[in-house]
Order: sequence, then C-alpha cells, then structure tokens
Amino acid sequence: MSEPSETNNEMIRFENVVKRFGSNTVLEDLNFTVAPGEFVTLIGPSGSGKTTILRLVMTLEKVSEGTIYVDGKPLSHMPKGGKLVPADEKYLREARKSIGMVFQQFNLFPNMNVLRNVTEGPIRSLGQSRDEAEKKAKDLLELVGLTDKIDARPTQLSGGQQQRVAIARALAMEPKVLLLDEVTSALDPELVTGVLHLLKDIANSTDITFLCVTHEMQFARDVSDRVMMFDGGQIVEDGHPEKIFTDPDHDRTREFLQAVLDRA
Amino acid sequence: MENFSIYLERVLEGLPATLWATGGGIALTIVLSFLAGIALLSPSRTVRGLVRIYVEGFRGSSEVVQLFFFAVALAIFFGLPWNQTAEGLLLIGIIVLGLNHGAYGAEIVRGAVQSVPKAQREGAIALNFTPVQRMWRIILPQAVVEMLPPFNNLFIQLLKGTALLSFITVPEMFQKADELRAVPSFANDLWIIYLILLVIYMLLAVVITLVMRWLESLAARRVGRSVPSREKALARGAAA
Repeated sequence: MSEPSETNNEMIRFENVVKRFGSNTVLEDLNFTVAPGEFVTLIGPSGSGKTTILRLVMTLEKVSEGTIYVDGKPLSHMPKGGKLVPADEKYLREARKSIGMVFQQFNLFPNMNVLRNVTEGPIRSLGQSRDEAEKKAKDLLELVGLTDKIDARPTQLSGGQQQRVAIARALAMEPKVLLLDEVTSALDPELVTGVLHLLKDIANSTDITFLCVTHEMQFARDVSDRVMMFDGGQIVEDGHPEKIFTDPDHDRTREFLQAVLDRA
Repeated sequence: MENFSIYLERVLEGLPATLWATGGGIALTIVLSFLAGIALLSPSRTVRGLVRIYVEGFRGSSEVVQLFFFAVALAIFFGLPWNQTAEGLLLIGIIVLGLNHGAYGAEIVRGAVQSVPKAQREGAIALNFTPVQRMWRIILPQAVVEMLPPFNNLFIQLLKGTALLSFITVPEMFQKADELRAVPSFANDLWIIYLILLVIYMLLAVVITLVMRWLESLAARRVGRSVPSREKALARGAAA
C-alpha cells in the first residue's frame, strides 16, 4: 500500500530520458509510465536499449538527460532548493529501497553460502535482525524450491538453482519494483522452464511491479500485462501482449518477432 | 669450522631485530597497501593524485637513501632524537620498509580489487549496500584470494630487504654477521658465516611462504574455490 499522492497510479515514470555512452545515443528522449503491479516486458533486438532501461532504474547507470521517477519520487535526481540536482549516494540509498533486480549472470556472492546471500541484504540494508532475516529467507528458499541447499555455496549449484537463489535474494528485499534482466539467457535450455514458472507464480501472487527484458516470447505473452517493443532506443510499439504478438501495428515488430521465431 | 657455534650464536643475536623488522614491516605494508590501494580507486582525483605521489615516490627512489633520509636527514631537520637508540633505529627501519613495500602492495590491492567482476559490485548495489559494505563484505573477500600470491613475493622481498637496515646500524642479522668480518682470525671462515646467513634468510622465507599458502587455501575456500589452481598444478607435477 503506497501513500496516496498524485502519482500513485504510476510506479515508474520515464520523462524525456536520454542515455548516451560517449557519442553513442542508446536511449532517445524516452517517455513511458508503468502502473503499480503491472508486469511490463521489453522486447526488441539487442542494442535497442532494453537492458539500459533496467540498469537506469537500478541506478547502475546515470541518465544523460531527463528524469526517472519511481513510486512518485525522482530517482536519478533529488530535489534541492526547488530544483532537481543529480542524486548523491545517500539519496540513492533511500531511492533504491523500493527496487530489486535479478541479473542474467545471477551475480550471487561466492564468498557466502545460499542463506547468507539471501539474508545479507535485509540485515545490512533493511536493518532486520539475523533471526528475522533467516526466517524470511528460509520461507523464500522454500518458495523457490531450494530448502535443501541452504548451506551450499553458489558454485556448487546449477545455473537454474543459482538463479532461483538470486530471485529469493531479490524478493527478500521486499521490492515494489523488480527488474528481470534476461534472467534465463544464461541457463541451459532444460532449466529455463522451471525458472519461468517460478517467476510466473510470483508475478501472479504479489503486487510487485515488474519490468522484464526477455527473449522468451511465450513467457512474455503469458505473464505480461503490457509489452513494449524497442528499436534504436525508442518505443516502436506499446500494447497488450495478445495484440503485439498476433497483430502488431508496425512492420518492425513483425520482422523482429519473425526473426525470433525463425531462430527458435 | 671449530668456531661454527660462535658464528651461529653471533648471527642469531641479530635474529630478533630481523624478525621485528620483518614482522613490523609486513604489518605496516598490509595497512598501507590496503589504504593506498583502495584510495587509488577513489572517485576523487585529489585523493588519487596524492596516493599516486606516495606510490611513485617510494617505488621510484632508493630504499637505502630513504633509510638515511629518515634516520639522518629528518632527525637533524626536526631535531628528533630517534636515531640515538637501537630501538629508535629499528623503528625507522620498520617505517621505511613499510612505506616502501606498501607502495608496491598498493598496486597489488588495486589490481586485485579491479579483478573482481563488475557484476559483483552491481549485485551489491541491487541489495542497496553502502559503498563501504560493498567493498568490505563483497569485493575485498574475493579480491584477497588474488592478492595473496603477489603479497607472498612482496613479503619475501621485505624480509631480504631487512639486511639494508645494517646501513643505519640496526643490529639485525646481516649487521651482526658483518661485524665478524672485522676479526682477522675469522677471515678464512667468512664463507661459513655468510652461508649461515643465507640459510637463515631462506628458512624464514620458507616460513612466510607456508603461512601465505595456508592463508591462500583458506581464502579460496571462503569464496567457494576448493584449491588454488597453482597448487593443483604442483600436485599434478608431483604425481607425474
């Protein structure tokens, strides 16, 4: 339950966002909003800026121009003296509280066992007691089906198991927004389905807002409330998954989906 | 040969000073290496610049001259009496050894920290860790594994460098052995005296290596790697 405000129907808002790497413009004057609880999937060819959008929301990158709002508050900038100035570390720490991310390469910490990977964030960042964090972590590890791996090291797990731990770790931070960055791309094909099923269950049973980059089109179609097709740093098409996948308005979308189908 | 026990005894009289210089030097080296190594990665240009001056200054100038600079020049300049006692001179020796090897160690720490995949830092940001928590809890425990083999080399260099303290008359092993050279009746046995010295340095170096190997396997296990690949290679070599 978020506090009522004039932006309470928007969990994420991109306002004239531009992102450049050197002379290369990755995102061009981007505007969109995501409603609370919405599951939005970003599709498009590689290099179209999808992952950059997630990295901007996670504050792993800084916007070149424009402003991103999460839960009504500016993320990349902080209000100071009536103006918006680039956010400092303290402000970012506060802003990141509502955001979690699951990475393509899992990014688990090899110097901690599975349980510590899940509890370390809540203990250090949210100030939970160890007992409280461990109790929640065990529930989450049960949810992702890894109760028997609590004491294992990440390196002892399969890719699919590692990604389940990473999902539990992200959920333990109780995010309002969860970013999924090609979470099945690094997995062996036979492990993909299990992870996607898990994510679908989580999406259906929580009010978390999801922003998801994936090449799993069937999953995108099943689970998304909305799909955005990107190309060249711009939104080509934005709509209901059934519409996008069966009857897209734009040729570029059709070409892309055809190319994905051919590859599969 | 009948004087062997005399030689050994005299050389070993210098052992405490050598051990203090080595231990103190290593301790200071570790502290300075981490401080300077992490500061080299600071976002602040000023901090990086200052540390760069320290690193290049100590790496690029002679250790012997540094010893005299601290023991003689600074003492005169500031009117410090710290070069009056053996303990004071030993302390100067430890400081110079530490400053010197800390400059090399800074690069080891910087390189090891940079070798930890960027993804680890990003994973820690996604869990909203502070920059200090990221470094202390995530990056450094992984970087330490990479640091230990080069630090082993550095510490052995430092051990051997303690002989330089004889220049400022610290009563360490080399100084003690060298004093025997002044005795005319020992002249034919000088080779024994220096051989004793070489063997003791070598034994001390072996101790350092054994401790570092142990720490290495400990640190490797902590980050979920069973045995460092180098040891596996050695084991294979031994089996063949």
